[in-house]
Amino acid sequence: MTISIDNQNSNNNSLQPKGWLRYLSFSLDHKVIGIQYLVCGFLFYLIGGTLASAIRIELASPMSDFMPRDVYNQVLTLHGTIMIFLWIVPVVNGAFGNYLIPFYVGARDMAFPRLNAVAFWLIPPSGLMLVASYFVEGAAQAGWTAYPPLSITTPQSGQIIWIMSVLLLGGSSIFGGINFIATIIKLRRPGLKLMQLPMYCWAMLGTSLLVVLSTPVLAGTLILLSFDIVAHTGFFNPVLGGNVVVYQHLFWFYSHPAVYIMVLPAFGLVSEILPVHSRKPLFGYTTMVFSIMGIVVLGLVVWAHHMFTSGTPPWMRLFFTIATAFIAVPTGIKFFNWVATLWGGKISLNSAMLFSCGFIINFVFGGITGVALAQVPFDIHVHDTYFVVAHFHYIVYGGTVFIIFSSIYHWFPKVTGKLMSEKLGIIHFAITFIGFNLCFAPQHWLGLNGMPRRVAEYDPQFQFVNQISSFGALLMAVSTIPFLINIFLSIKNGKDSGDNPWNALTPEWLTSSPPPVENWEGEAPLVKEPYGYGKSISIEN
Amino acid sequence: MTSLDSSKEIKKNDSNLSENHEDFRMFGLITFLIADGMTFAGFFAAYLTYKAVNPLPDGAIYELELPIPTLNTILLLVSSATFHKAGKALLKNKNSDAQKWLIGTALLGITFLICQLFEYFNLPFGLTDNLFASTFYALTGFHGLHVTLGTLMILIISWQTRSNGGRITNKNMFPLEAVELYWHFVDGIWVILFIILYLL
Repeated sequence: MTISIDNQNSNNNSLQPKGWLRYLSFSLDHKVIGIQYLVCGFLFYLIGGTLASAIRIELASPMSDFMPRDVYNQVLTLHGTIMIFLWIVPVVNGAFGNYLIPFYVGARDMAFPRLNAVAFWLIPPSGLMLVASYFVEGAAQAGWTAYPPLSITTPQSGQIIWIMSVLLLGGSSIFGGINFIATIIKLRRPGLKLMQLPMYCWAMLGTSLLVVLSTPVLAGTLILLSFDIVAHTGFFNPVLGGNVVVYQHLFWFYSHPAVYIMVLPAFGLVSEILPVHSRKPLFGYTTMVFSIMGIVVLGLVVWAHHMFTSGTPPWMRLFFTIATAFIAVPTGIKFFNWVATLWGGKISLNSAMLFSCGFIINFVFGGITGVALAQVPFDIHVHDTYFVVAHFHYIVYGGTVFIIFSSIYHWFPKVTGKLMSEKLGIIHFAITFIGFNLCFAPQHWLGLNGMPRRVAEYDPQFQFVNQISSFGALLMAVSTIPFLINIFLSIKNGKDSGDNPWNALTPEWLTSSPPPVENWEGEAPLVKEPYGYGKSISIEN
Repeated sequence: MTSLDSSKEIKKNDSNLSENHEDFRMFGLITFLIADGMTFAGFFAAYLTYKAVNPLPDGAIYELELPIPTLNTILLLVSSATFHKAGKALLKNKNSDAQKWLIGTALLGITFLICQLFEYFNLPFGLTDNLFASTFYALTGFHGLHVTLGTLMILIISWQTRSNGGRITNKNMFPLEAVELYWHFVDGIWVILFIILYLL
C-alpha cells in the first residue's frame, strides 16, 4: 500500500509563519524542529550551567556558607536533571538528528512529521515544570537518580513534579526514537543502501533502538516510585517490605543505556566532521558500524556496574565487570578509526576541527577512567566520590558537549548560509578546553583521596584543589560569552558562506544553504560514497 | 534574522509533489508496541524479583481465586478472534458485518473490565496491604488501562466503519489494522500476566 504526499504538506508549509517566527510555531519542517530543539536545549544549558557555577562557588570553601545544605542538594539535583534530560539528550539526538537525518537518507522530512513536532513541544512545558519543581515546598533533592528511600522520605511535592516532568521527557524521547528508526529504515531514497549511509545515521539508529528498548522501563519505574510517594505503597520502601535494590536495577537498566544515548550520537557527529576537515575518507566504515551495534547490545547488559556497592552478589559483579570491560573493545575501535582518519590527512584546524580533536582527547581520558571504574576492587574504593564525577563529566562534557559545539561550528553555514568567526571560535575553544580540564582533572585526585560527591561540605585539606576546580568552572562559564557573541554577530553580518563552504560530500551540503523548505530542488541526490574524499566520484540524480 | 529564512521557493514541479512512498505507519506502531512491551517487561521483572527475594509478612494473603481471571482470559482470546472476523468482513466490503463484529469485540472488552472490577472489590487485600498486593494492583491496573484505551478505540473505529460515509473502508484499512494489532498485543500481555501472576 502506498500513500502519496500530495499538495497538503506544502500547503501547510505556506500557511505557517515565515522568518524567525516559524521557530515559535507548531512547524512540521524537520529543519525548523531541529533548530527548535537546539535553541531550547541551549537555554536550558544556560540554566544548568548557572546551577553548576553555584555548586562550584559553594565548593570553593569547605563549609556550606554560600547556600544551606538542603538547597545544595536541590541545586545539584536540578543541575543533573536539566543537563541530561533537557540539554544533552534533546540536542544531540533531537536537534542534529532532526536536522540531518532526512538529508542523509535523501528524504524531504522525517517519517512522522506531526509526531516529531509533538515530541519537541513536549519539552518546553516539561522543562518549565522541572524548573518550577525547585520553587515549591520540598524541592527534589535526591539527585538525578532519585534513589529511594531518599526520594520517598524527603519532602515530596517537588519530587512528584520532578517525576511527572521526567516521564513527559521520556515520552518525548520515545516518540523521537520511533521516528528516527522509521526514517532511517523505511524512508531511504530508492537505491540508497544501509551500508552507504553516513555514520551519523547508524549512530542514531543504534541510539534510537536503545531509547525504544530502555526508556519505557524508566517510565515504569518512575510510575512505581510515584505510587510510593502518593499512595504510600511499599515497592521501594524497606519499612513496608519493599526493596530499594529493585529500583536501582530498573533505574540503571535505563540510565546506563542513557549514557550511550548521550554519547553514541556524538560518535556519529564526529565521524561526519573529521573526514570533511581532514579531506580523507572515514577510516574503517564497516568496523565503525559493527562497533556501534556492538555498543548497543553490550550497553543493554552492563547496568549493574553502577551498583557494585549495593550488596550485589559476587556472580553478578563478575558478569557485569567482564561485560563492561568488553565495551572498551568497540569503543577502542572507534577511537583508533578516528585517529586513523586524521592520519596523513590535509587537516584544517578550524573551530569545528579543534572541538572534535578536543573531544578525542577528553573522551579517551574518560574512557580509561571508565574501564578502571568497571573493576570491582577499584570501584568499591572510589564509589560515590569525585572520581566518578570527574569520569562522567569527561564523557558528557568533554565528550558530548565538545561535539555539540563542534557540530554548531560545522553546520552553522548550512543553517544560515553565513560563516562563523574563526577567531572567536578559537578563543571559545581555548577557554573551554583549558577551563574544562582545569575543572575536572583535579577531581580525579579528590576522589582518589576520598572526597565524597553530593555533599556541600568537605575536609579542609581539599580546599586548594577544589579552588583550582572552581576556577576552571569559572573559565567554562566565561567561555560561553565569545560563543554567544560569535553566534549573534555571524547571524547578523557573517560572511556569505556559499552553498558548500567545506567542500563536503555528505548529502546535506549538496543543496543550497540554507536549504529550501522540502530540502531539494527536484530529486534528492544519490550519494553512494559520503566520504569519498580524494576519489573521483560522480553523484547521480 | 532574514538570513535564517529559506530564501528560495520550492520549484513546484510535478514530480516533487506526487512522490509515493511505502506506508510505514504500521512499522511505527510496531516500534511503539515494542516500547510499550518493555514497560510491562520492567513491571514483570520487578514482580518476579520481589517474589524471589522479598518474603511477605506472616498472614499475608497471596492466593488468588482462579475462576474470574480464567473467564477473563477466555473473554480476551475470543475478542481477538472477533476482531479478526471484523477485518475479514471489511476486506469483503461488508461494512455492516464488520461493524457488528467490532461492537461485539468492544462488548467483550467491557465485560472484561467489569469482571476485573468485580475481582478487585472481592479481593481480601487492598493496594497498600503488602508488597504482593501493591504489585498485583499495579500490574493488573496498568493492563486494565490498556484494555480501557483499546475498548474506546474499538468503539471509535466501529463508528467509522458504518456503511454510509464511514472513513474506514476496505481501501482505508489502516485504522482498523492498527487497533487490531494493539488489541492482540494487549491480549498477549494478559496471557503472560495471567501465567506469572495467577498460575506461578
